[in-house]
Amino acid sequence: MSAKKVIFYIAILAISLTAPFLLPDFRTQLATLWLMIIVALTWDMTGGQMGYNSLGNIFFYGTGMYVAAVIAIALVYDVSDYTDAAAAGGEIFKFTDTQYFTGMLLGIIGAGLFCAVTAVIIGYLTFGLRGPYFAIGTLGVAIAGGELVSNWEWVGGGQGITLPVYPGDFNVGKLYFYYLFAGTGIVLFIFLKWLYSTRFGEAINAIRDDEEKAEAMGLHTLRYKLTTWGMAAFFVGMVGGISAFQLIHFEPLETAYQTINLGIFMVVCVLLGGKGTLWGPVIGAILFHVIKEVTWNYFLGWQWVALGALIVVIVVFFQDGVMGWLMHRKPEWFGIRVEEKEPAVAGVNQ
Amino acid sequence: MSAIIEVQDVSKSFGGVVANKDISLSVEKGRITGLIGPNGSGKTTLFNSIVGYHPIDAGSIKFEGKEISKLPVQNIARLGLLRTFQQTRIYGAMNCVDNMLISLPHRKMGFAEAFGRHGKKDYNRADQLLDFVGLYEKRFLRAGSLSFGQQKLLEFAMALMNEPTGLLLDEPTAGINPTLINGLIDRLKRANTEFGITLFIIEHNMRVIMNMAEKIYCLAHGQLLAEGTPDKIQNDQRVIDAYLGAH
Repeated sequence: MSAKKVIFYIAILAISLTAPFLLPDFRTQLATLWLMIIVALTWDMTGGQMGYNSLGNIFFYGTGMYVAAVIAIALVYDVSDYTDAAAAGGEIFKFTDTQYFTGMLLGIIGAGLFCAVTAVIIGYLTFGLRGPYFAIGTLGVAIAGGELVSNWEWVGGGQGITLPVYPGDFNVGKLYFYYLFAGTGIVLFIFLKWLYSTRFGEAINAIRDDEEKAEAMGLHTLRYKLTTWGMAAFFVGMVGGISAFQLIHFEPLETAYQTINLGIFMVVCVLLGGKGTLWGPVIGAILFHVIKEVTWNYFLGWQWVALGALIVVIVVFFQDGVMGWLMHRKPEWFGIRVEEKEPAVAGVNQ
Repeated sequence: MSAIIEVQDVSKSFGGVVANKDISLSVEKGRITGLIGPNGSGKTTLFNSIVGYHPIDAGSIKFEGKEISKLPVQNIARLGLLRTFQQTRIYGAMNCVDNMLISLPHRKMGFAEAFGRHGKKDYNRADQLLDFVGLYEKRFLRAGSLSFGQQKLLEFAMALMNEPTGLLLDEPTAGINPTLINGLIDRLKRANTEFGITLFIIEHNMRVIMNMAEKIYCLAHGQLLAEGTPDKIQNDQRVIDAYLGAH
C-alpha cells in the first residue's frame, strides 16, 4: 500500500473515531449512518458483486433483532412470561449490568450466526431464481417474516419487544452504540477489502457477469452464492441485534422487518454510490443519509415524495452511481488501460 | 488410439422438434475431430447434450470411459471436458487478466483455497496465454469492451487456462476477421499438439475444418449423415446435397 493510501485510511479512521465528539448532538444520527453503510455494503456483496439483487436482506435485520432480544431475555427470564407481562403492562423485569452486557454480547453474536444459517437455507431454496424473480422471491421472504413474527405471541406479537435501557449515563449510552456500529462497520469494510482481493471475490464477480459461463467453466457456483449470502446475513443480523438494544423498543412491521424503509434504502444507497465497488456503498450511504435527513427536516410532509423523486432520478439517469461515473471519466484510476507489450514475454511452454 | 468421448444412440427432442436422433460418434484422444452440418442440423444441441447442459432423452455419453449423460454441467467441466459458446461468453465487467485467473481449473481447487490469492505463476501463465492469442496489450481492459473477435480469442485463451483434456469449440472462427483466421487455425493446432488437448470442433468454414480435422462427422436433420476423412466428406454427394439444400 502506498504512503498516500495509508494516510488516507488513517484519516478516515480518525474521523470515524472522533466524529461523535466533534458532533455531539448527532451521535444517534451518526450511529444510524454506520447502520446504513453496513447494510449497503452487505447488500452490495450479493447485489453488486454477485449480481443477485435481493430485496429481502431486511429479513436478516429483523430476524437479528428478535434473535438478539430473545437470547438476552432467555438468559435471565422465561421469554413468554416476559412478553406477556409487557403486554399486560404489569411486573417490571430487572437486569443487572452483567446480565445486560452478557445478554447483549451473546445476543448480537447469536443473531449473526442464526441469520447466516438462515441465509444458507433460504438461499438453497431461492438461488434457483434469477434476475427479477430472485428479487421478488426474497422480498416475499421478508414480508412473510414480518407477518409471521407479528402473529407470534411468544415474541410479543404485533406489540414487539421492549428491552432494558442501557444501564449507564444516557449520553455514554449513545457513544457506546455509536462505537458498536462503527466497529462492526470498520471490521466489515476490512473484511470485504480482503475478500474481494481473493479468488473468492473473482468467482462471485464471474457469477455476476455470466453465471452460465461460470458453470460451464466448472465453478462451484451454488457454494459461492450460499457462502456470500451467509456472510452478508451474518453482518446484517449482527447490526439488527445492535439496533434492538439501541432502540430499546421495537415492533415487527415498522421497525424490524421494515421492508419499505431500510429494506429499500440499502438498495438506493448502493445504486447512488455505485454497484460492485467497495467505496460505492459507503459514499452512497453517506450521501443518501444526508439527503434523507435534509428532506425530513425541510420538506416534512413531502419527504416521501422527495425520496421517491430521488430514487426515480437515480434509476433513470444515474444507474452507475458515483463510482461508476468516476470509472467512466477516469478509467486509469481503476487500472483500466492499454499496456504496450514488454519484449521479455516469450511464448507459452517455456 | 482410444476414444475419449463416446456418444451412443443419443436422441434429444424439444417439444415436437427432434434435434438429435440416434446419433453415435466417437472422438479420438489427442486428435482434432470436426462436426459439420447445415444450420439447424443439431450440432449445438449435440454439444449441449455432451456437456450436460440439458438432459438427453435416450442414449449414453461417455468421457474417458465414464458415463456423464446424467451429470450436471459443472461436474462435467471439472472432469476436464470444456466447451466454448457459439455466442461468445466472457465475464464482461472484469478485465482480461481476471477473466483468465478465474478460469484456472476448479477441479484442483479446494474451498479453502478460494480464500487465497493468485501466485506469480498464475499471473505469468495468464499473461503468456493472453500473449498466445494476441491480447497482451489489452489485458487490463474490461473484457466487455473488446470486439467480438477479440472476445472469441479471449474465450479460447480462458479455455486453455483451464487445462482441459477435451475441448468442444462451437464455431471458433465465426465473426473473426479473415486475416486472423489463419492465426487462429495455427493456435488451435498448437493447442492440440503442444498442450495435448483433444479438440471437437463445430465449424461452418469448410476451409478451416478441412484444414484441421483428421476426422469429420456431418449431421443433417438431426441425424448422422456421413463420417470420414476430410477428403471423403468433401466428395460425399449426400453432404454436398445437404449443404445445397437438396434434402
